Amino acid sequence: MPIRCEIVSQDRQVFKGEADIIVLPGSAGVMGILPNHSPLLTTLQYGLITIRSKGEEQIFTVAGGVAEVQPDQVTILADAAENVAEIDVERAESARRRAEELLSKDIPRDSDAFLNLQSALRRSNLRIDAVRRYRQRKGH
Amino acid sequence: MPSAREMRLRIRSVKNISQVTKALETVSASKVRRVIQAVMASRPYAEKSWKVLLHLARQPGHESLHPLLNEREEIKSVLVILVSGDRGLAGAYNMNIVRATLQQFNDFPCPVEYITVGRKGRDMLLRRRKKVIAEFSSLPAMPSFMDVSPIGRMAIEEFTSGRADQVYLAYTNFKSMVVQEPVIRKLLPLEISHNEGKLTAHNVTHTTHSVFTYEPDQNEILNQIILRFTGVQVYQDILESLASEHAARMVAMRHATDNAMDLLSGLQLDYNKARQQAITNDMLDIAGGAEALAKATRQG
Repeated sequence: MPIRCEIVSQDRQVFKGEADIIVLPGSAGVMGILPNHSPLLTTLQYGLITIRSKGEEQIFTVAGGVAEVQPDQVTILADAAENVAEIDVERAESARRRAEELLSKDIPRDSDAFLNLQSALRRSNLRIDAVRRYRQRKGH
Repeated sequence: MPSAREMRLRIRSVKNISQVTKALETVSASKVRRVIQAVMASRPYAEKSWKVLLHLARQPGHESLHPLLNEREEIKSVLVILVSGDRGLAGAYNMNIVRATLQQFNDFPCPVEYITVGRKGRDMLLRRRKKVIAEFSSLPAMPSFMDVSPIGRMAIEEFTSGRADQVYLAYTNFKSMVVQEPVIRKLLPLEISHNEGKLTAHNVTHTTHSVFTYEPDQNEILNQIILRFTGVQVYQDILESLASEHAARMVAMRHATDNAMDLLSGLQLDYNKARQQAITNDMLDIAGGAEALAKATRQG
C-alpha cells in the first residue's frame, strides 16, 4: 500500500502523488518513512527529500520546514522546495558566488541582511550539491 | 456654442483619455488573473498547515499550547494591519477599506496603532492623525512570500512583546470581478476553535486522535507552524487585496471608457452640426452674393 505524499511551500504545491518510501532530512537525522509509520511531527533541516514510487525516484531540495506523518499520508510544509530536475545549475552557481562575495564584505554579523545572505548561501550550496548527486546517479 | 476648432480639440483629448483608460483596463484585467493564480497556489500550504495546527490543538492535555494562541484577559492596545493600494484610479477600493477600518476602530475602548500596506491607506490614516507605527509601500506588482514576510514578522513581534494585545488585519476580499468586500479579521491571537468551520472538507480527512511523536518537541514544532501559518495568512490576504484592487480598477476604467465614448459621440454630433451649419452659412453667403451680383448686372 503506497503512502500519499504532498510537498507544499508557501507559494505553490511542489509535489502530490503516491510513494513507496519517502526519505526526509528530519531535525534529528535523516529518516525513511514507509507505509503505516506511526504518527509523527518533525521539523526539517536543509537537505534532500527522496520519494520513491514503483522503482522511480524523485528528489527535492528542501530548506527547512515541518513534516507531518500519518500512517497513510505524509505532508511536508516546506519553507522552500524544488524538484532537482527543475534546478538551473548556472543560476544556482552564480547565486552562490554573489552570496559569497557579499558575505566577504563587512556586514554586521547580527543583522538581518547577514542572516539572509547566509541562508541564501546555504540554499544555493544545497541546490548545487543536489544537482551534482542527482546527475551522477543518473549517469550510472 | 464653442467654435468648431475648440470642439475638435476637445474631441481629440477625450479620445486620448479613452485610449488611456482602455489600456489601464486591459492591464488590470491581466493582473487580476495572475494574482488569482498566486492566491490559488498558496492555498494548499495554508490548508495543510491549518490541518496540522488542528491536529496539534486536538492533542489532549494542552490548554495553553502557545503564547500566540492565548487570548489576553485585558486588552490594553490593539494593532491593525491595513492593506490598501499604492495607487488610485481604482474606484472606491481604497476608500472602502479605510472607511470600514475606521468604523470599527474609531471608538475602540483602547489605543489603536496601525501598520499600513500601500501608500493610499497610509495617507488617509495620517490625514486623520492616526498612529501609524510602520508602513510597507511600493510592494512589487507580484509580491512573493519573501516580500511580505516582514509584515507578518512585525505583527508577531508586536504581539509577543506585549505592545499589542490583539492584531487585526483589514483587507479586501475578492469575491468576483465586480464584488469586493472589505474584511477585518483577527490575526492574533490565533483562534483555533473559532475557525474550525472555515476550511472544511480538507481538514477533516483525518480524525485520528492518535498521539503524535514529536521531533524535537511539541513546542518547537508548534512554534514553527504558527509563525509560518500567520505569515502565509498575511501573504494570502495581501494577494487577495491586490486582486480586488486590480478588479476595482478594471471596473472603474471600464466605466471611464464608456463615459468617454458617450461624451465622444455627443461631441461628435455637436461638431458635425456646427460644421454643417458653417457650410450652410457659407452656401447662403455665396448664393446671396451671386444673387446680388446678378441683380446688379441686370439693372446695369
